[in-house]
Amino acid sequence: MTAARLLPLAVFLALLGAWEAVVHLQSIPPYILPAPSLIFTTLIDDWRLLSASLAVTLRITALALALATGFGVLFAVLFAQWRWLERSLFPLAVILQVTPIIAIAPLLLVYLDAGTAVLACAFLVAFFPILSNTALGLSSTDHNLRDLFDLYGASRWQQIKLLRLPSALPYFLGGLRIAGGLSLIGAIAAEIAAGAAGQGAGLAYRIVEAGYRLNIPRMFAALALISIAGIAIWLALEWANRAMLSRWHESARERGL
Amino acid sequence: MSAPLVSLNGIQKTFANGTRALDHLELAIMRGEFVSLLGPSGCGKSTALRIIAGLEQADAGTLTFDGGRPEIAFVFQDATLMPWANVFDNVFLPLRLKGLSRQDANASVMDALVHVGLADFVTSYPRELSGGMKMRVSIARALVTKPTLLLMDEPFAALDEITRHRLNRDLLTLQADLDMSVIFVTHSVYESAFLSSRIAIFSPRPGRIVETITVAPTGARTEEFRRTPTYLEACGKAAHALELAMVGA
Ligand SMILES: Nc1ncnc2c1ncn2[C@@H]1O[C@H](COP(=O)(O)OP(=O)(O)O)[C@@H](O)[C@H]1O
Ligand SMILES: [Mg+2]
Repeated sequence: MTAARLLPLAVFLALLGAWEAVVHLQSIPPYILPAPSLIFTTLIDDWRLLSASLAVTLRITALALALATGFGVLFAVLFAQWRWLERSLFPLAVILQVTPIIAIAPLLLVYLDAGTAVLACAFLVAFFPILSNTALGLSSTDHNLRDLFDLYGASRWQQIKLLRLPSALPYFLGGLRIAGGLSLIGAIAAEIAAGAAGQGAGLAYRIVEAGYRLNIPRMFAALALISIAGIAIWLALEWANRAMLSRWHESARERGL
Repeated sequence: MSAPLVSLNGIQKTFANGTRALDHLELAIMRGEFVSLLGPSGCGKSTALRIIAGLEQADAGTLTFDGGRPEIAFVFQDATLMPWANVFDNVFLPLRLKGLSRQDANASVMDALVHVGLADFVTSYPRELSGGMKMRVSIARALVTKPTLLLMDEPFAALDEITRHRLNRDLLTLQADLDMSVIFVTHSVYESAFLSSRIAIFSPRPGRIVETITVAPTGARTEEFRRTPTYLEACGKAAHALELAMVGA
């Protein structure tokens, strides 16, 4: 158990050690490849700047994810109630989904201010997995349970609240986990396209900016923060998934139980 | 003699895809009776049950209840529990759908759970229960509305024999205690002979009843009953009738 947890960490540390050693032994200059120790000190030295940008990116990611969750679940429920609505709107959602966000971003920037455009991009990529997964979950209810609800004269709202939404929960959480990673990617892609400076500059902008200035250590430091943010989002959603499904769903079953 | 609780007269059912499931089905169930529907799979037994429950509409024929539609409960082959809800909430469901609050339903739910011997498992989740226990929860859920008519669609088919025998006996006790009529679908000759006061034999699809076997009323049906001439005779008759039905098709 502990060995299984320590192994990836050991591999990671060994890789960092090798990187550090190569940079020093080969005397690679920092503007080509900074050593991990330098990236770390840059992270500390530039913390004020970078943490402000991290906050910007995280805020946009979280907001986009919240909006995508709200609208995704809402539309999935509406689709499940009225098939004609699904038939008329779902193709639109597919078009938005299959068009690469990096291609939509410049267009959004024409019509919206930079902050809103970045939020819109992050929202667009996060929306679809939640919508489609939840819609699938809502229509995957056990048909015998549906009969049971009919037998006892359940209202439409009772069907949704007590049967369809709980059945859809594992599907929704699966969509949410995908959407969490995608909303960060959407925000980063849109920030790069926007190139917004000043107050609302997110981590991606810091990378672009540091690139122009050939401040390679800072590029790596910002990149490290983006990775850490991605990992944190993934862990948080993984935890939420387990917490909500632990007692009833196979996917959250402890091994060896 | 009083009117039957349920009568089906000339019931016909053809599904949208052209499958003729039932052809002129005639069946009447008296109050307090335990009737088994016995027949090969695919002969329309479930369809008949679903029509009685109002989950399916017949194309022709009449379904009549004496004194209005009684309180009906349905038990499926799978326990069909909500995996996200604990035992209490699963049994509470029918009353909840009828608009009762948790407090108002509490006594009825606990009563139903006591009847099936699961009062100690209120906070367990279905995943934590054995197949037999899940089926007991399913039965408790059916009993919680105090039904006059209990419809069961091969409820014990997936269980091991020992568990099935125990549930068979418990079901008869419950039926007597709660004064229900039961329509029980099975494809087991032995199960139908053990449980029923009457066995209705279905023909292969399109289903109709080709013979009805009455099992003489006896005292309490314990395991002893499986060794009585009454039981053995009922088994023999039912098996023979089933064979004739298959050949006649
Ligand atoms: N909804 C349906 N649509 C089409 N055919 C059906 C449907 N339900 C049942 N059938 C068919 O009707 C026949 C009788 O089914 P059923 O009543 O389930 O039989 P049994 O319960 O005796 O095994 C079967 O051939 C089955 O495939
Ligand atoms: Mg069946």
